[in-house]
Amino acid sequence: MKLDIILAGVGGQGILSIATVIGYAAVESGLSLKQAEVHGMSQRGGDVQSHLRISDKTIYSDLVPEGAADIILSVEPMESLRYIPYLSPEGWLVTNTTPYKNIANYPDLDAVLKEVDKVPQHVAIDADGTAKDLKNPRGMNMVMTGAASLFMDIDFEKLKEGIRYSFGRKGQEIVDLNIATLEAGRKFAEENRSS
Amino acid sequence: MDNNTLLLLGDEAVAQGALDAGTSGFYAYPGTPSTEIMEYVQHSSQAAEKNIHRMWSANEKTAVETAIGMSYAGKRTMAMMKHVGLNVAADPFINSGITGANGGIIVTVADDPSMHSSQNEQDSRVLANFAMVPILEPSNQQEAYQMCFTGFELSEKYQTPVVLRLTTRIAHSRSGVKRGAPLKENELTMPEDKRQFVLLPAIARRRYKLLLEKLPALEVEANNSPYNHYYEGSNKKMGIIATGIAYNYVMENFQDQQCPYPLLKLSQYPIPRAYIDRMVNECEEILVVEEGMPVVEEKLRGLLDRGPAIVKGRMTGELPRDGELNPRHVRKALGMEARQSASAPEVIAPRPPALCPGCSHIDTYNAINEAVKSEYGDGHVFSDIGCYTLGALPPFEAINSCVDMGASITMAKGASDAGLYPSAAVIGDSTFTHSGMTGLLDAVIEGSNIVVFILDNSTTAMTGGQQSHASGRLFNICEGLGVHPDHIRSIIPKRNTHDQFVQIIKEELAYEGVSVIIPQRECVQTQLRRAKQKKKGGEA
Repeated sequence: MKLDIILAGVGGQGILSIATVIGYAAVESGLSLKQAEVHGMSQRGGDVQSHLRISDKTIYSDLVPEGAADIILSVEPMESLRYIPYLSPEGWLVTNTTPYKNIANYPDLDAVLKEVDKVPQHVAIDADGTAKDLKNPRGMNMVMTGAASLFMDIDFEKLKEGIRYSFGRKGQEIVDLNIATLEAGRKFAEENRSS
Repeated sequence: MDNNTLLLLGDEAVAQGALDAGTSGFYAYPGTPSTEIMEYVQHSSQAAEKNIHRMWSANEKTAVETAIGMSYAGKRTMAMMKHVGLNVAADPFINSGITGANGGIIVTVADDPSMHSSQNEQDSRVLANFAMVPILEPSNQQEAYQMCFTGFELSEKYQTPVVLRLTTRIAHSRSGVKRGAPLKENELTMPEDKRQFVLLPAIARRRYKLLLEKLPALEVEANNSPYNHYYEGSNKKMGIIATGIAYNYVMENFQDQQCPYPLLKLSQYPIPRAYIDRMVNECEEILVVEEGMPVVEEKLRGLLDRGPAIVKGRMTGELPRDGELNPRHVRKALGMEARQSASAPEVIAPRPPALCPGCSHIDTYNAINEAVKSEYGDGHVFSDIGCYTLGALPPFEAINSCVDMGASITMAKGASDAGLYPSAAVIGDSTFTHSGMTGLLDAVIEGSNIVVFILDNSTTAMTGGQQSHASGRLFNICEGLGVHPDHIRSIIPKRNTHDQFVQIIKEELAYEGVSVIIPQRECVQTQLRRAKQKKKGGEA
């Protein structure tokens, strides 16, 4: 088993909270993990990505090779496109459709979503909206994790454990809310995957 | 994972390794990608229980000097910094090779190839070679942990400082690390030779000979090192030397098979020549794959290699001459077919980092632009290293330099000496106490006609909000250095103080002499974090 994920977003959107949940699930499943993060200057509102590699064999490179990612999991639509060279021909692009516009020349959103549509295997979800509907306005990242979980060879229950681990100190209510958010993301992907 | 296995960043693996290997004192100045080493130690209950030294230093030079002092007193110590920090610390670092160590001393340097958060991509192995000290260069997080034990053993056995070289991709990548049994700290023991650390010419000459005499034994150590390994290969058309994490990029391309070529994994220096001889004898060509500059490759090629190249790598175009490596580069150099991948669509716009919404620097640059750029044109503002360097980008385009820590003030002085008016400097509070104070003294002594802005956001912001030595001390420092108190002005930079701020700048531009203006408002990131912590505290 090998699972290479590119997590993408904008500095400050908290993509590392996704890595924590998936990483916990992987380690609890007895798998090896390497996770390369971006720290420093880019965290100030620049484009950020994390390479999350999970395998039952030795993982050598800390970086996912181009053309090898099984999933691009992006919390921002334009950022999802930036990493397309990493996507394997059989890979899935799973992206939030809510743009994060902190630059003056942000492209036309329709043009961005059209490019997402061109990727043979993709899921595009309004994760911000879904999270708000669930009264979990800060749950966008867990909607995205749930949506992408459909394409991960990892027990879904283990991801829930990852949420218990990540949010446990905030109380049972928050844990339950985020598990519901995770499930909603997965359900959306089941019903709306491109193929 | 069992209880003894932790999921750690490379930086954190070094911190945990050094703690377990009996370090009594950590000394560092924050700098990406090295910052998380000290942060881990500061959050470690193990360090707190033993009261291990873990306060930040004013700069990398004071950090290394203090570490040398702790080594003198017989205890194990580590100094940590980013690659350019080693330049700041070069004076004590190079000389520490000659004084040698008493208690073990490891200088951990994190290089930043591709300059993700840096102004250059220098390779610390060059300075370490210059100092003639052994280098350890881990290929993974487990080695990073283990090398702290090895480093201290080497350091104490040969009385030499040891460099632990990281690069961004191992410093900031997380993986499982299995802990070993923790060692006790050393007892306080002064050096046997009480003149060991006195580099008077007569003693220094003797110590320098001792340093030179250590080198063959250090090479033997590298030859026997568990981190260096010569893997057999049946295809002798090419041999591969892969250093540090470059080894991973080679192996990534042979995931489910054995590497067909003889392969030297190199993670401990000096370069063990026995392995090199063996490869030269059995292979037609040698491909050198290393993260950073072509340090090993250049050594192997030398000036006499003018025929068809036998040694290949970054200098011959097989690998890019600059920037960090990745599996794709290495795949190409191995002569393997590229993996199929699509290119990114053209619709994507670049998203450079920017000052945070609400950042005090925004108000400061708005005022400086109105008082300086609008009045006198572009080209009058020298700046420094920190978040405020982002003032070079639109919409501000407010600054004209960023060279090294502290250079804003001294460059402003030099340009003023040349006749430039106005000449202004913009420097952060932490950068000022790191390397700005001495330059300000130069300006005060000569009464230079400059205006220095010390942007006081009460933290070391760019690296994530570490404590700033300048906090609460800026006025007194400037006055103590001799700036006239009437020309040390402060202002809270906000939208509604803009006009007042511009007026202050105009007044100080009119004053012929050294002026300091201190815009003081807390970093929005640390403010937010403090508010969160307060809330958390309130709930608990």
